Amino acid sequence: MTATAPATDADTAAVRRAIASTARPPRPGPLSTALTFGWRGMLKIKHVPEQLIDVTITPVLFVLMFTYLFGGALAGSTSAYLQYVLPGILVMSVVFTTVYSGVALNTDLTKGVVDRFRSLPIWRPAPLLGALLGDSVRYVLAGTVILVLGVVLGYRPEGGAVGALAALALVVVFSFGLSWVYSAVGLVLRSPSAVLNGGFMVLFPLTFLSNVFVDPGTLPRPLRAFVDVNPISVLATAARSLMAGTPDGTAITVSLAVAAGLAAVFLPVTTRLYRSR
Amino acid sequence: MTSGSTLAIEATGLAKSYGETRAVAGVDLAVPAGAIYGVLGPNGAGKTTTIRMLATIVPPDAGTARVLGHDVVAEADAVRGLVSLTGQLASVDEELTGRENLVLIGRLLGHRRAAARARADELLEAFGIAGAAGKLVKHYSGGMRRRLDIAASIVVTPRLAFLDEPTTGLDPRSRNQVWEIVRALVAEGTTVLLCTQYLEEADQLADGIVVIDRGRVIAEGTPGQLKASIGTGALHVRLLDPARRAEAARLLEAVVGTVTLEPDPAALSAACSDADRAATAVGELGRAGVGLADFSLDQPSLDEVFLSLTGHLAEEPAPTSGKAS
Repeated sequence: MTATAPATDADTAAVRRAIASTARPPRPGPLSTALTFGWRGMLKIKHVPEQLIDVTITPVLFVLMFTYLFGGALAGSTSAYLQYVLPGILVMSVVFTTVYSGVALNTDLTKGVVDRFRSLPIWRPAPLLGALLGDSVRYVLAGTVILVLGVVLGYRPEGGAVGALAALALVVVFSFGLSWVYSAVGLVLRSPSAVLNGGFMVLFPLTFLSNVFVDPGTLPRPLRAFVDVNPISVLATAARSLMAGTPDGTAITVSLAVAAGLAAVFLPVTTRLYRSR
Repeated sequence: MTSGSTLAIEATGLAKSYGETRAVAGVDLAVPAGAIYGVLGPNGAGKTTTIRMLATIVPPDAGTARVLGHDVVAEADAVRGLVSLTGQLASVDEELTGRENLVLIGRLLGHRRAAARARADELLEAFGIAGAAGKLVKHYSGGMRRRLDIAASIVVTPRLAFLDEPTTGLDPRSRNQVWEIVRALVAEGTTVLLCTQYLEEADQLADGIVVIDRGRVIAEGTPGQLKASIGTGALHVRLLDPARRAEAARLLEAVVGTVTLEPDPAALSAACSDADRAATAVGELGRAGVGLADFSLDQPSLDEVFLSLTGHLAEEPAPTSGKAS
């Protein structure tokens, strides 16, 4: 405890009035409850803005590192590579951020306030849905940092601002679906660091064995087969197509379907886990 | 003592295990409405797990419970609409301010924004936290955090409040404030189920008490009945010379009852309610030349009740303490 707030005493008469004076309001709807939990997430960012470092600094490092370290070797020039890799890094950065949703949930569970949420007469998935809606704001932020930095470094989306924003929206929606998986992981594993390690152990190979950084044309056949069906590749293809102004309907549909499928499977699983842990 | 004869909580055979640990091993409860009911037991006795089952946070493995007429499993949502929980860990969000915590709960319970804010301010004022309303709860003192916790439990006044060790770790002044709030809650018609490991707290507040040890109810009644069921007070003796305590213990044991050695190396006590026998025992000590600093005979305290029921002191954790208590 660093500082103790000034203490005054409870006023018993006022306490009795407060206890006697209230009526029970009608129960709020599911969406309103979830949005209230989203507001809680926003308040935490407001009080501890430093926690946004992971969603802002890391993407910047990725862009700079891949563009200037590998760009010339991979694509002949850094500017040509930036044009290829930026949508990929957009995908990677935002998808990586979903792991932190699991970490945050795991941390939250150790706090007594979760017991209070569980004892309230509210729609059961609301605390989770609200937290993930709040996290989506982080995804938007991480994606925006990438796009702005890309443009500063010379990236020009042929699809214009509309294409770039559509790609960002798609990536955020996909990440929202994926974040349900990491919420389940966050509820199953014992510690925040286990969630972090486990999360990246899966996401690193998925991201690197995809078309995020390189055109899979040069890959050995078995590896290429995997890369082609990897949902991260599909998402990167969809994001690229939107930013290039030539939307790939199949890739976009598959990306959205994967997100919807993950959410549909893991929302009930996660809600159940949240209830029983 | 109780208003009416209806039961606020009826539980039969409640049980819950965590892995190999049987946290609660078949608890029956009958809590009258409108009273403060104490659940007394040492750490690891199963108090928190019992309260978590009754507050619909975890489902029981076996047994049934009805809270205010609703089944805690089948009608969990109806139960949640009528109760509130103040948990053992402070059930407030440490990363928000006190005011934000209360507004959050108000919004979740259905208050519109303005009403939630007004209610938050009213409670902050009443509970003496208004001066720290805008500070993060992690910077609050233990007493303020507890008061905020209880305030969060009455954002909408519940018909039944679960309070899990509301004064653990508080200084006497903060503890008295919490006690006043609990009394106010009951005076306005809320039933309170109070878990505590402090015998004095149960004695001060509770109209009825169950004593839980190792997941089972081992005694039940009013504080007076529990004391009477032991039937004995204690003869307390303090010696001039601690070295003669063993000798004194033998003499007391012969005349009165079971002797307990007190933490003070010169003090011992013996179960005894009969003043004549106590006088005889003191006389024996005098004849044997064991010098006495002082002696007294008193009525049984809940501490003694607890010792006699469980064979160990309330302050000692049970030998097999589970993950959740």
